[in-house]
Amino acid sequence: MEEIYVKFVSQKISKTRWRPLPPGSLQTVETFATESWDNEESYVSPWSIGDFGNLDSDGGFEGDHQLLCDIRHHGDVMDLQFFDQERIVTASSTGYVTVFLHHPNNQTLSVNQQWTTAHYHPGPGSPSHSGAPCAAVVCNNPEIVTVGEHGRINLFKADHKEAIRTIDNADSSTFHAVTFLQTPEILTVNSIGQLKTWNFRQQGNEPSHILSLTSDRVPLHCHVVATGGQDGILSIWDVRQGTMPVSLLKAHEAEMWEPTVLRLKYFLSENVLTRFLFQELGLSEGRTLSAP
Amino acid sequence: MEELDGEPAVTVIPGVNSKKNQMCFDWGPGEMLVCETSFSKKEKSEMVPSCPFIYIIRKDVDVYSQILRKLFNESHGIFLGLQRIDEELTGKSRKSQLVRVSKNYRSVIRACMEEMHQVAIAAKDPASGRQFSSQVSILSAMELIWNLCEILFIEVAPAGHLLLHLLDWVRLHVCEVDSLSADVLGSENPSNHDSFWNLGLGGMTSHGWSLPYTFATNPHLESLLKIMLGDEAALLEQKELLSNWYHFLVTRLLYSNPTVKPIDLHYYAQSSLDLFLGGESSPEPLDNILLAAFEFDIHQVIKECSIALSNWWFVAHLTDLLDHCKLLQSHNLYFGSNMREFLLLEYASGLFAHPSLWQLGVDYFDYCPKLGRVSLELHIERIPLNTEQKALKVLRICEQRQMTEQVRSICKILAMKAVRNNRLGSALSWSIRAKDAAFATLVSDRFLRDYCERGCFSDLDLIDNLGPAMMLSDRLTFLGKYREFHRMYGEKRFADAASLLLSLMTSGIAPRSFWMTLLTDALPLLEQKQVIFSAEQTYELMQCLEDLTSRRPVRGESDIQQLQDEDIETTKVEMLRLALARNLARAIIREGSLEGS
Repeated sequence: MEEIYVKFVSQKISKTRWRPLPPGSLQTVETFATESWDNEESYVSPWSIGDFGNLDSDGGFEGDHQLLCDIRHHGDVMDLQFFDQERIVTASSTGYVTVFLHHPNNQTLSVNQQWTTAHYHPGPGSPSHSGAPCAAVVCNNPEIVTVGEHGRINLFKADHKEAIRTIDNADSSTFHAVTFLQTPEILTVNSIGQLKTWNFRQQGNEPSHILSLTSDRVPLHCHVVATGGQDGILSIWDVRQGTMPVSLLKAHEAEMWEPTVLRLKYFLSENVLTRFLFQELGLSEGRTLSAP
Repeated sequence: MEELDGEPAVTVIPGVNSKKNQMCFDWGPGEMLVCETSFSKKEKSEMVPSCPFIYIIRKDVDVYSQILRKLFNESHGIFLGLQRIDEELTGKSRKSQLVRVSKNYRSVIRACMEEMHQVAIAAKDPASGRQFSSQVSILSAMELIWNLCEILFIEVAPAGHLLLHLLDWVRLHVCEVDSLSADVLGSENPSNHDSFWNLGLGGMTSHGWSLPYTFATNPHLESLLKIMLGDEAALLEQKELLSNWYHFLVTRLLYSNPTVKPIDLHYYAQSSLDLFLGGESSPEPLDNILLAAFEFDIHQVIKECSIALSNWWFVAHLTDLLDHCKLLQSHNLYFGSNMREFLLLEYASGLFAHPSLWQLGVDYFDYCPKLGRVSLELHIERIPLNTEQKALKVLRICEQRQMTEQVRSICKILAMKAVRNNRLGSALSWSIRAKDAAFATLVSDRFLRDYCERGCFSDLDLIDNLGPAMMLSDRLTFLGKYREFHRMYGEKRFADAASLLLSLMTSGIAPRSFWMTLLTDALPLLEQKQVIFSAEQTYELMQCLEDLTSRRPVRGESDIQQLQDEDIETTKVEMLRLALARNLARAIIREGSLEGS
């Protein structure tokens, strides 16, 4: 039976991320990072599980997760992503986007780079005082894309001081999340239930495609995205075709915040897709995705 | 108003000179603001430099402790489980469930104690080490009191069993004996060890008959035997080995009256306390609390605990549990609610003062039938919302409880924030969520004004996808439909666009002020090569135009700009009249002719 280890950390954690492995590595992942929010002080903390030579008879990890180090963060951490093996990017409620560098030899974190004017409300007053929360961040080395609650999309490159591309008023409501479909395309989700795809190679500030939630269904095709809604309903979308979700599944009691792209190369046929989806989401076998 | 039981504690605020200047203060939900005023206490009004700071004073600092946070979180889960215990359960099964809940609470206290003890040992500076240690002793006292209450009030052990429980109780809290016995039993010749006899005496209560002892003549042995026969004086002689009066009490009961009945306990308790203290010292708050428990005076226990402890956690949870045991009479307090509810409300309010723990407070309010809901309504509106994610969490809590007023209020706050940041689309979606027709009208007006100024719409992704939400307010419906008209025009669906435009005016959803714009929009449709508006429709348009022009204000003294505006108006009207007339002519002819000709 699998063991579950519980550790109480005295902070509200909203996101955890596994550290990516070096390409071609066969190890299992050992390190993850957490971030906290809704407290007087917020922290970004990498943790390590097991290892240190402790393996029990089954070859599994023994013992607790260990906090490697932590660093104070300015504002609530809204989102967190591993940029590469050593760097972590965070999106803050103050509008800052920060890159932290993890030094494994002395187990410390330091600020490697920070964009302080990534997200702010234009208008009277300096930008630092009217920062808009940065809702989500996604990385694809060397690019970093952030979206803000005030409808702005930024494209950054690590080690570049200014944003490479900024789209203002990309959305009239608020962005909730962003994900890469395939470079250079990204997909954003907003608070009124619309998915928009954006292509950075194209000029202009318009999305290439807008999908929104209505009632009809469309047959399943190639590129599939799953998004979660406030009422716990999971929607499956086909980004290439149609403007409506393919299927709706009741998955959770509460809100789900992030879209996930289910890459086509993982499955071959509709049946395989169905089973894979269920394993991924932990749903019961009874649900089906129907194609009319 | 009841009299105070004791003098209130004085807190000195560094930097504020209360002897020289008057202070002013204001209460907040969990804190107090204090500062010095410039009013001098003395008669002469000299300008004395006063302290330039405003201080925030908090009574409840426990809420900010990292380790105690675990206590609050875990006990929250136990509290919820207790509320959901089936009310139908009676008798033994109910009692065993309640005892289990009590033990759960106690194990959480012990876990925190352990953790804090570790931190105290590892503390680098002695001051914080001392602070942690004192926190540990407070937690230990809490667990001691709770344990006793569990035995006397919840377990309600009858005579005989009662003493066994009390023995366990003392054993759990007298650690010295355990460390001593490890010492002694580990040595080579236990009976010659100095502490052996002390252990025998002190350890009577915990190890009973398990220690091996030789039957040599020995003054110590005589003492032992005397004690076993119930000689209290002999027991008192060994006072140093007994850590406190309740250890003495239980030991005494073990040998003089092992089948003591619960109602007789308080005689023994009072006399044990008096004998043990021997008039040298006065009882401490903990002693009074324990005495009150032995006297089965629950209200006194709770009252004393409330005074002694800095945080409502203990009394709130204990009272709630005792209330579930149906032990509290519902005597109403001055403010309308009963004691259980009063304490839970105080505790939950304290949680709301914390930036993170407010979520726990919500559940406590849910289980306060009289004033819980109204308290929650007041508190939840005051949670600072700096991100939309947090706002959505709060809104969900409100919506789950059908707190529509609060939903509307929170959405309005967010909508106003959005308007101030010029995010009209966001403002509109918040007012739709709040079902706030008035605000939706306001925002729609702003949109329409922007359109008139700039000639194009903003936030099309929202307006084009309003769906049924469009019906919220007339102005919003107009905005949506007007945009639809533009879309149809762009898609060259002229006939549909034309009827829509007309219906906007005839149905009355278009505000009068906008009619001129609508009629001007009709111009290109009238000027098209093919006839779009039918004769009937043209008559209606003409009607609208007449309606509009007949209500023009009387010309008075006007300046050049106004005259110019009116000239433009007149020109527009004339152009419209001409276009309408021409269209009418073409329409009549087309409708009068046969098809194909």
